[in-house]
Amino acid sequence: MNQVIISAVISLGAIGGAAAIILYFVAQKFKVIEDPRIDEVDEILPAANCGGCGYAGCRAFAEAIVKTGDLDNLYCPVGGNEMMKQIAPIIGVEAKEKEPEVAVVRCNGTRQYAPEKVEYDGPQSCAFAHSLFAGKSGCPNGCLGLDDCVESCDFDAMYMDEETGLPVIIEDNCVACGACVDTCPRDIIELRPKGKKDKRVFISCVNTEKGAVSRKHCSVSCIGCGQCVTACPFDAISMENNLAYIHPEKCKLCRLCVPICPTNAIVEANFPEMSDKLIEKAKENYTKQKEKKKGAGKAGEEKAKAKKATSTDKKTSASSEKKTQDKSISTSDAEKKEPRNDSEQTSKQKDKSSPDNPENK
Amino acid sequence: MNNQLTISSSPHVHGNWTIEKAMYGVVLAMIPAMLVSFYMFGLGALRVMLISVIACLAIEYIIQKYLIKGPVTITDGSAIVTGILLAFNVPTSIPTWMLIAGAIVAIGMGKMSFGGLGKNPFNPALVGRVFMLISFPAAMTTWPKPIMSRQYFSFSGLDEKVMDSITGPTPLGILQEQGPGAVTPDYVNHLLGSMSGSMGEISAIALILGGVYMLVRKIITWHIPVSYLLSSFLFAGILWLVDPTQYADPLFHMVTGGLMLGVFFMATDYVSSPMSKKGMLIFGFGTGVLTILIRVFTPYPEGVSFAILLMNAFTPLINSYTKPKRFGEKLPA
Amino acid sequence: MKTFKLGGIHPAENKMAASQPIEEFPLPKQGIIPVSQHLGAPAKVLVKRGDQVKTGQLVAETAGFISANVHSPYTGKVKKIDHVIDASGYRHQAIIIDVAENEEWEEGIDTSGDIIRQVTAEPNEITEKMKAKGIVGLGGATFPSHVKLMVPEGKKVEYLIINGVECEPYLTNDHRLMLEKAEEMMIGVSILMKGLGVNKAIIGIENNKMDAVEKLQSLVKDFDGISVEPLKVKYPQGGEKQLIKALINREVPSGKLPLEVGCVVNNVATAYAVYEAVQKNKPLIDRIVTVTGKSLKKTANLKVRIGTKFSELVEYVGGLPEDTGKIVAGGPMTGKAITSLDVPVIKGTAGILIMNKKEARQAEPRTCIRCAKCTEVCPQGLEPFLLHQFGELQKPEDAEVNGIMDCIECGSCNYTCPSNRPLLEYIRYGKAQTNEMIRNRKQK
Repeated sequence: MNQVIISAVISLGAIGGAAAIILYFVAQKFKVIEDPRIDEVDEILPAANCGGCGYAGCRAFAEAIVKTGDLDNLYCPVGGNEMMKQIAPIIGVEAKEKEPEVAVVRCNGTRQYAPEKVEYDGPQSCAFAHSLFAGKSGCPNGCLGLDDCVESCDFDAMYMDEETGLPVIIEDNCVACGACVDTCPRDIIELRPKGKKDKRVFISCVNTEKGAVSRKHCSVSCIGCGQCVTACPFDAISMENNLAYIHPEKCKLCRLCVPICPTNAIVEANFPEMSDKLIEKAKENYTKQKEKKKGAGKAGEEKAKAKKATSTDKKTSASSEKKTQDKSISTSDAEKKEPRNDSEQTSKQKDKSSPDNPENK
Repeated sequence: MNNQLTISSSPHVHGNWTIEKAMYGVVLAMIPAMLVSFYMFGLGALRVMLISVIACLAIEYIIQKYLIKGPVTITDGSAIVTGILLAFNVPTSIPTWMLIAGAIVAIGMGKMSFGGLGKNPFNPALVGRVFMLISFPAAMTTWPKPIMSRQYFSFSGLDEKVMDSITGPTPLGILQEQGPGAVTPDYVNHLLGSMSGSMGEISAIALILGGVYMLVRKIITWHIPVSYLLSSFLFAGILWLVDPTQYADPLFHMVTGGLMLGVFFMATDYVSSPMSKKGMLIFGFGTGVLTILIRVFTPYPEGVSFAILLMNAFTPLINSYTKPKRFGEKLPA
Repeated sequence: MKTFKLGGIHPAENKMAASQPIEEFPLPKQGIIPVSQHLGAPAKVLVKRGDQVKTGQLVAETAGFISANVHSPYTGKVKKIDHVIDASGYRHQAIIIDVAENEEWEEGIDTSGDIIRQVTAEPNEITEKMKAKGIVGLGGATFPSHVKLMVPEGKKVEYLIINGVECEPYLTNDHRLMLEKAEEMMIGVSILMKGLGVNKAIIGIENNKMDAVEKLQSLVKDFDGISVEPLKVKYPQGGEKQLIKALINREVPSGKLPLEVGCVVNNVATAYAVYEAVQKNKPLIDRIVTVTGKSLKKTANLKVRIGTKFSELVEYVGGLPEDTGKIVAGGPMTGKAITSLDVPVIKGTAGILIMNKKEARQAEPRTCIRCAKCTEVCPQGLEPFLLHQFGELQKPEDAEVNGIMDCIECGSCNYTCPSNRPLLEYIRYGKAQTNEMIRNRKQK
């Protein structure tokens, strides 16, 4: 009996020992030498694997950081500046501060403002609806409301407001990974700097149709009237394809454009309620800026002036729909015929006038 | 809301083929075999049938409602099909609690654990049946004799006192025990269903009738039944030609045991059989060969369920290797 | 009787407009003429606001190799050039014309009803004429027809296949055309034959239109090389690959054009338009549109000028019924649901189908039960259930290997699916992904 036990112990021990030796050599042979700093960086990273940095996951991002050895184009929006500061000493560079960003939904076409005209029957996903038709309200740029973005969010930072039919971003949870921005087939969601004390002003519309057309399906769309462009004392607003855009790096959060917008398409976040005084001030500012910019126009060439005039006409008559449309056609035709110089010159004039503006204020 | 137009992508019309139509079509096709079993085994058959179907429906309902907390889809007919198939696969003498245990395994383990209808890799009824066969071998291999067992009925299965007098081995069981010399082929009775066996498998004629109905209604295609029948017939035939004293003749294999049930109702299960025509032929062929292999060379007298389950496991592999012929496919030069 | 072998379905035909003779539709008050009515680059607008145009005048010219001319179907004044919603659901450029009372035709256009039988034009003239008169394929794809006649070097065309199948349920416009304009259409076919330099043409017609088959067969003796072939009814026989397979049993290789097997396919309506363009100098400014639907008071086949709004056509057949749930431009299998009746008729509009609320709603999609019905009916021999998964999971590589680009989007899989799965929707989605992937690959 004893013999059996002993032989069993010995043979099993021998097999175990042999396996251990083989395993040791195999492990030595196939050892993968990896930079230990990758592990260190990976430890610090949030392990959310959201892809917000542009890499497949946190590990891949850590590898990229160690491999390139600098943090110029690498940034983890989830961890933010704090975390990048921790990572920087590991690879021996300075961390670059980046303004924290947050996702904003640039569409205000709620069920109330942009009534649904048709019903959609098909897979409940924006990607499909987008390829099929312009949307329930008819707006070819507006939110389709089928929550592709909400589903793409890994951080529970979005939900669908059942009443408005629009997605809502929970700012505290948003890490600005950009997943929703990539998902949205209509490029409605944008990453914007969080701003001072989380205050932001932005145009909540991406509709590029002419005002008269977009007004037909949405009462809060940007109609491209250009009043905000005129009103802005900092030249932070530009107009392209009938759509205004507030450049966050130039915007000083003065709120003077907000009450000017005839369709309330400019949205402000985390501000106190607008006082009557401020509204008055905005109106005053608008007339002041208008005259000033007109004056700057007079100094320019005659052609440029003519063009300005038509465009201001266009602004004022935005409410009367049909006229605007006809005029806008003629202006666009005129633009095509005119040589390029004009527009360049006008923009130069604008540039010239811009540095003065802050002083005025 | 009411006068809004609907936008959807083409096509805007739909054929009226639905899951329900397919499933209740199968149920309808099983009615002849059901009637035969009611005639042969009496109330006991009715008991097994009802308990099995109700248990399957109830378990699916409970799981969908309380475990998954999703939509309840017991009305689509798939649980009924599983229930009937499970009943078809057990002897009518089975005690009620065993049958319920089988139903729990069939629906719970065989179907719902994978995600419900359409996602189960194995035929749920067969999973339940094999579970019962392994767990309760005695009860699952005590076969009531047809007609004779009719008047004996109790909810807990057959009374032990009368057990011996009214049960008997199946023809395949005799074949397994004593060799082909001991079985006297009685094709007419075998076709009609006058033999011992599981409840639904006894009458080949009734099953063929149901199968033809399903083929006509286009619920199933001919590929699996034909290749299954042919391959098992050929394989059994080859063995028989090699040594008729040791192996039974192929016709005997055709009409006994659960072959017909398997051919028309279990191998053709949508979910667990291959998708392409070629794949179906391979599937049928494999099942046929495996059935005869198990019947002849293993201690189990019957191999249909094992053969189908084994081939079910191969289905994903078959699917990825057998692509349908594409239109305008570049032919190898 | 011949048909194609692989797959196919038999949707309910519902061709209730088949007995309605073609009616000339009156001129509308205003016409909307989109400049992108064809496959390929949108045409370039030649007129401007306030211009007077005559009927048949060129108002937008081709912009690119695959593009087509657009002519004014009306006499009147250009009201504006604007972006209007067309059947695609998005806004596209269009010329809006206020129609004048008195119609004045552009010079050189023969508006009489006489049939000109003698084909005098030379092959290159034929191509030129077709290009100038803006002829596009009227079967639905609206591919510029003159491009089809320009056979690349090294390729030989043996057959001209004329598609008179009209396999879409409900639609009857081709059917009526073959009955009422049979001779003109046959002359059109012989013009196309001359243009292509082939001596064999086969007209394929499904056997639910035996009257058309008989009518055309009675004319065949006057035309050399043209034969008429009745085909067994099966959808999608009108797909050109399926039609070629059915008629001459050749398979167009995957990813190739019918030219590869020596065929050029044209629709019967295109043949008629070619006749008008070459013999009568008339540009493509009108077409036959079937207005149909179960809930309509009457159905009609109307000869309509391009640019007429759908609403006027629907008004003509008794107005939009109360319970309208969906309006489809085209047939029920491949047509597009539109958002409003302000959409204009374009060159590719074969029909307007009004569906009631009950027909309009699609049943709730359910889980795939792997019944393989979709594989059974796919005329391209694909596995829709698999492709739809790849589309859903965004796996363009796998989708490409499994032939997603061969899908002709006939919708047979959707039609037959017992679980009402949106197979085709996902396959289209997958196709878009695969297309993008292939483009990216080519760029590298």
